[in-house]
Amino acid sequence: MQNALLSVENITVSFDGFNALDGISLRLMPTSIRVLIGPNGAGKSTLLDTVIGNVRPTKGRIVFRGEDITELNEYKIVRRGICRKFQAPGILENLSVLDNLSLAARPRRESWRSFGVGIDSSVRARVERVLERIGLEEKRHTMAGQLSHGQKQWLEIGMVVSSHADLLLLDEPAAGMSLDESAQTAELIRSLASDHSFLVIDHDMTFVEQLSAPVSVMHMGRMLKEGTLEEIQRDPQVIAVYLGREKEEAVA
Amino acid sequence: MKKWLRPALDLALLAALVAAPLYLSAYHLSLLGRFLAMAILSLGLCLVWGWSGVLSLGQGVFWGLGAYVLVMHLKLVGLQPGDMPDFMLWSGLDHTPGWWTLFRHPAVALAGVLIVPTVAAAGLAWLVFNRRVGGIYFALITQALALAFATLLISEQAYTGGFNGLTDFTTVLGHYIVDPSFQRALYWITVGALAAAFLFCRWMGKTNFGKVLLAIRDGESRIRFLGYNPAGYKTIAFAIGGAFAGISGALYVLHVGVISPAMVGVMPSIEMVVAVAVGGRSSFTGVILGTLLVNFGKDWISSAMPEMWQLSIGLLFILVVTLLPKGLAGIPELGRQITERIRRRTARRGVEPEVLAITQKN
Repeated sequence: MQNALLSVENITVSFDGFNALDGISLRLMPTSIRVLIGPNGAGKSTLLDTVIGNVRPTKGRIVFRGEDITELNEYKIVRRGICRKFQAPGILENLSVLDNLSLAARPRRESWRSFGVGIDSSVRARVERVLERIGLEEKRHTMAGQLSHGQKQWLEIGMVVSSHADLLLLDEPAAGMSLDESAQTAELIRSLASDHSFLVIDHDMTFVEQLSAPVSVMHMGRMLKEGTLEEIQRDPQVIAVYLGREKEEAVA
Repeated sequence: MKKWLRPALDLALLAALVAAPLYLSAYHLSLLGRFLAMAILSLGLCLVWGWSGVLSLGQGVFWGLGAYVLVMHLKLVGLQPGDMPDFMLWSGLDHTPGWWTLFRHPAVALAGVLIVPTVAAAGLAWLVFNRRVGGIYFALITQALALAFATLLISEQAYTGGFNGLTDFTTVLGHYIVDPSFQRALYWITVGALAAAFLFCRWMGKTNFGKVLLAIRDGESRIRFLGYNPAGYKTIAFAIGGAFAGISGALYVLHVGVISPAMVGVMPSIEMVVAVAVGGRSSFTGVILGTLLVNFGKDWISSAMPEMWQLSIGLLFILVVTLLPKGLAGIPELGRQITERIRRRTARRGVEPEVLAITQKN
């Protein structure tokens, strides 16, 4: 069997006796996309939080590139090559687009090594490539706080991509976007998947379809089903707990 | 603002400060000198609070450490061989303790002024920030520290001079402190130190370090999830703030000739924060002007109506926070916004008659 990039092994997370995650396992191969769907409270965001070290599991372990990272600090996990994008755009509003990306792209992030002025040429080259990919070349000197909502989301995806991470965790990257922007975002993620792996949470089935990637359905802290979107959509259990309800809501 | 205007204004301010002995009386020069010394502390607080978002209500501690270290040296060099500082004799000590005599050599004292406050600030920051304690809790810890520091100084009278503090020192490196030429030299040294601190801050703002500080202020978790450890950055910023405070305290005490616990406790520490808020906490030029304004204001009010000072500083703080959150440094921006609004309103009015004419024609 090929070595997994990320292997989540039997993770349980309890908050005051309530199991937010209940024995979850997940394997992600290099340069692949996996979509996580499920009703609110299914534990999707908690799973991402646990992988990045923001939430500590009560049981189980997380292995990244063969190394156990379960007990590492967030910033150390990030330096190993995992980066997370939160649901609300977490950009640095008082810095320019260029500064946002170059802070993310700097290979040396220790405080005592940050006293240089200006941007290294290697960082600069990396940032330019990312700017082109996220389509914000014209906006490089704009303050990040002045971007539109969609552009902020792209900038943050750009920051996550610049960060030398191989595994990118995206929490609803297309939330609040227009149909057009959402399609562009899916296209961006697919093109980036040639050299990155993605774990993506989303509710929007059109967007999930555009990602054309395997889907894992979570429900009450457990993995309910894994498969292609088509298989998932036909699965009676999934329809019962998740998709069926979406349809009812749509009808209402 | 035009690109050359900022450095031009800074240079004009510097020229006015350097030339101050030509047009100020000795009394006002001495006031200006001590307030400029305070401005060095404000620059440090600007980095700590304005740039990193870490509010410290205990800068008086680091300021006091710098001041006390220098005064210990000054007390020692004023003694005849074999003598002890007067207050130690009165308290019944039979010899000067070793950690006092350490500072007899001027080089050690100078190094101590820099190192003692810096190490104290770095140690505190490292312990607290690594435990992810921040925000209001850190502010409370520093305030408690200021209270504890002042209390300790008062209670250890035999070693610190107690409530009255330390005074009666006459010479610095062989010069008489009251000598007008020394006073002028001291003033220029203060201006030079402030200018150096200012340039250091400006440079700092341009480095990646400065950008990370801003990023920590605006989104600490985002920067952590980009692989940065905010604790290291905040510790270094706080240590720099401590060093600036120490230098500031040492210079101040040379201007005023006395140091006492009342100058380093909770109230002075809060006044330091108010001065920075008035100037605009993230603008280096702003905090210097704010410090001068608040301190000259304090001098004026407390000689005209002594009981009004604490009341007016509270009022000033409330006014600035509610009406001018960016302080003095925010005034140009505010002015721009107002002229822009007026321009838009008059433009709208200008359009109306034409619209009216067209509709009437139809």
